[in-house]
Amino acid sequence: MKKQTKIIWNVGLIAALLLLLFILEQVVPSSSMLFMVLKKGAIYALVAVSMNLLNGFTGLFSLGQAGFMLLGAYTYAILTIPVESRASVYQYFDGGIVQFAIPVPLALIAGGVVAAVFAFLIGLPVLRLKSDYLAIATLGFAEIIRAVFQWDKLGPLTNGSNLLRNFPTFQSVLYPFIVAGICIGLIVLLINSTYGRAFKAIRDDEIAAEAMGINLAHHKQLAFVISSFFAGVSGGLLAMYQTTIQASMFKSAMTYEILLIVVIGGIGSVTGSCIGSFLFIACSEWWLRFLDNSNLYIGDFHLSFMRPGFRKVVFSVIIMAIVLFYRKGLMGDREFSIEGARRFFQKHFKKKQAVEGGSSHE
Amino acid sequence: MSKENVLKVENVTMQFGGVIAVDNLNLEVNQGEIVSLIGPNGAGKTTAFNVITGVYAPTNGAVYYKGSKIIENHPQGKMKKLYRGENPVMYTGHKVLAPTPDKITALGIARTFQNIRLFKSQTVFENILIAKHLRRTSNVFTATFRLNAKEEARMREEAEELLKIVDLTDVRDELATSLPYGKQRHLEIARALATQPELLLLDEPAAGMNPQETLELTEFIGRIRDEFGLTIFMIEHHMDLVMEISDRIYVLDFGKSIAEGNSEEIRSNPRVIEAYLGGAQDE
Repeated sequence: MKKQTKIIWNVGLIAALLLLLFILEQVVPSSSMLFMVLKKGAIYALVAVSMNLLNGFTGLFSLGQAGFMLLGAYTYAILTIPVESRASVYQYFDGGIVQFAIPVPLALIAGGVVAAVFAFLIGLPVLRLKSDYLAIATLGFAEIIRAVFQWDKLGPLTNGSNLLRNFPTFQSVLYPFIVAGICIGLIVLLINSTYGRAFKAIRDDEIAAEAMGINLAHHKQLAFVISSFFAGVSGGLLAMYQTTIQASMFKSAMTYEILLIVVIGGIGSVTGSCIGSFLFIACSEWWLRFLDNSNLYIGDFHLSFMRPGFRKVVFSVIIMAIVLFYRKGLMGDREFSIEGARRFFQKHFKKKQAVEGGSSHE
Repeated sequence: MSKENVLKVENVTMQFGGVIAVDNLNLEVNQGEIVSLIGPNGAGKTTAFNVITGVYAPTNGAVYYKGSKIIENHPQGKMKKLYRGENPVMYTGHKVLAPTPDKITALGIARTFQNIRLFKSQTVFENILIAKHLRRTSNVFTATFRLNAKEEARMREEAEELLKIVDLTDVRDELATSLPYGKQRHLEIARALATQPELLLLDEPAAGMNPQETLELTEFIGRIRDEFGLTIFMIEHHMDLVMEISDRIYVLDFGKSIAEGNSEEIRSNPRVIEAYLGGAQDE
């Protein structure tokens, strides 16, 4: 396929997706679980892709994602709570010390920037570590950040361990899709640039990469900061989605969820992370809900093992099955593309075409 | 120094704990030469390479590239007491120079590895393209937003040309590791050339090759030397290859340089024969 046709196809696909979302929003009642899954899925897709940039493309096993999301979420919330409602939000801290509000898009970017600045500072010592040790150090950072944000002395800024609320949120499902889409687009552009190639070289063989003149410290730092920036933006989006935030939300369990999405989708595949994210959220929040119903009968037989929380058991089994049978994740390190899909269908409908007297191989 | 020397290794000692891997090594590689470093297994050849390319900082000694000092160190810390090499105080008081390998490559010294280190998940073409990253002028923003399209196009073109030179154009989109062994060696050399070096360090380029492949490699090394105006410094075990193309040969044994000269001189040097055959002259 020509490059231009490819671009047209991709743009058309994105437009069709947005149109579909728009129509869905008009047709399906807004209280449907579908929208919840779509919104959260889009946000998690962004953070999963940002984690994939680090873990999958640069080969740095970092578990600090929840910490950077927390920074983004707090920065967003603190900067956008309207001045008039600050007194009620910061009721224990005399209305807090920040007495201004900035527009939403700026605050999202600010969230990313704050996360990136922290990543830069943390990265200086931590990125000297490798594999598991790096994971432990970044996980430790995330936990420390969470504790620090709940600290009473920081109350005028972070509201201590109390909720932050009343900041602007979004209604339409299109909002997180467009923001996450733009961010993921930027990450894809980066990955396909000369810097992305350098990242992959570091992942494949650090010693060879360095011998080819790639400055390891600089490039690792770069990947870490960029990944954290987008984690920060997605933290801001998550705050918008949740409508209230609290530091205790950003537990290490959240990082593991994201890691799970990355692994299920395929380490080193952007589209895999996106698909994985929607599947993960849909499975954990929506499709398996019926398993929590303790009054389920088949005929007269009472399914007595079903009770609230049972879906988590089934969910864990599904995850294990996926990891067993798709050892490299759903997508491996391949990407979904129009051409790939066409080839896939061609392969599977080849027989039919052969009977009809010709295949469309070029 | 009659000719301009590109590389000069001066009193370099590399000691790991109590083991001296390279012992007071002195050597010079002149402009346009092909110089070989030979010696029995464990003689410290690869360690010497690793010192020159910045993988290890030497325990003592200095390395010069085109007349300027690029690496210098003296025994420090624990090594001060442990050091058993020569010239222990010669370099103290000087500034320690220990650049990382990427800085050395940026200066114009490229290398290949004894056990091939290609980028496994990348294609043949991408392997070469990655090495072009070093000579970029773009930063991360201009690269992301494709403001470096001209440079990118130039990089790709140069990479294609290198593919042609190593005769791998027909497999450009194959995974690098799917190539046969000999071609992987060629690809690694092409990748090193992509960093636009003036001095090329080859670590056992003919390892694991059959006589036919070795013959082709000999011809190939001579060809790229002329075509790119390179100076080549290599470690090699295949004596046919070494004797055929080397202008000069250094022999290393137990970390020490025991002989230097052209192939005739080396062939008849009793110390070299002793090192390889083990005390043959006593009989």
